[in-house]
Amino acid sequence: MRVQRSNPALSSRPLDCFVASLLAMTAIGVAVTLGVADDAPTIANGAITTPLTATPGDPVRGRKIVANRQVGLCLLCHTAPIAEERFQGDLAPDLAGAGARWSEAELRARVVDARISNPSTIMPPYGATGDLTRVAAAFHGKQLLSPQEIEDVVAYLVTLK
Amino acid sequence: MRSIDIVLRCVSTSGFVLMLVLLDSLSATTDTRRSTYDDMSRDIRAMQDDDMANPASLWVNDGAALWSQPAGAAQMSCADCHGDAATSMKGVAARYPVFDAARGKPVGLEARINHCRKTRQQAPAFAPESRDLLALTAFVGRQSRGLPITTGDDPRLAPFVEAGRMIFERRQGQLNLSCAICHDHNAGKRLASALIPQAHPTGYPIYRLEWQSLGSLARRLRNCMAGMRAAPYATGSDEIVALELFLMARARGMATETPAVRP
Repeated sequence: MRVQRSNPALSSRPLDCFVASLLAMTAIGVAVTLGVADDAPTIANGAITTPLTATPGDPVRGRKIVANRQVGLCLLCHTAPIAEERFQGDLAPDLAGAGARWSEAELRARVVDARISNPSTIMPPYGATGDLTRVAAAFHGKQLLSPQEIEDVVAYLVTLK
Repeated sequence: MRSIDIVLRCVSTSGFVLMLVLLDSLSATTDTRRSTYDDMSRDIRAMQDDDMANPASLWVNDGAALWSQPAGAAQMSCADCHGDAATSMKGVAARYPVFDAARGKPVGLEARINHCRKTRQQAPAFAPESRDLLALTAFVGRQSRGLPITTGDDPRLAPFVEAGRMIFERRQGQLNLSCAICHDHNAGKRLASALIPQAHPTGYPIYRLEWQSLGSLARRLRNCMAGMRAAPYATGSDEIVALELFLMARARGMATETPAVRP
């Protein structure tokens, strides 16, 4: 998914700046268009209200993705209430309570591209491939997680009240 | 602010001499740099400290043999020019990478050894990460054990140190991380099970238990790059040398541990 930011300072092309300015004027707060397709989801106010896929996210699959150190990678940095996984990281906020702190739409936006709500975040963008440097050939142009995987992860995070 | 408070209180309550003593102790305690050695288990520290237990000693011994073995068309050994390494190589590894005036840029220890091999011994260069190159590098490095790192003293290196710093701080790869995010801003925390070190290259080449082998700093940097899912820098490239130089200059004053053992 290609991310186009609304922040003119981060935009490289004049057209982006123009579109971004229009978006900023018409939306309340920050608005970002995700993807180049017409049906691309929109991040507005740090949230993506429309699910990325037609199939609803599965919290059981989402939990497996979060726990998997090769797929989700989440536990490298985060601690989560997944008792069977030892050696969880402590660089990032505990995922316990994430579903109480953020709405589903906010969680979706943070997983897709946490840079939009916090430009200095250390969280990798799971659903965006833009504005990255020296990506290894094997991962070039690829998202960390597919849209369906992101929906599954979001469905799991929502349960962490 | 805190140190200023302490100094002011010191001036008001005590004499000038006491302030000097306090300032001296402050400057000694403001160095918060830690070698990974400081955070290793007692067992691994003991393995590093005891030459008989340190697996890297096998490479050091091989390096000692290579040192005095004639090689190449010139049939010369390292010892023919440099003599006893215990004297001639003392402190040498602790100042690399150094500024190479002929090339106008820094050169690492491995590249220097290979330069000698090609031009003096007239022998083919050792392959990067080969056993012989690691062995000679470890042997030369061993002669600096315990001595403070002095890399970066040469002012001609300044722009290259700065280039290395930019690489260190630049976000890279699919995970969009920089070296600094982990090793400057989150050192001491845990990335899964691993304690994040401050990344001071005090003991290269190292015997890394995860590798079950000796390896160079360049190899270790490639591991991190792979973890970030970033395109690795080419072996011996200006970027790798700049990054090594920055890290060594950042560790200036810390004790050389070569050959170190790491988890």
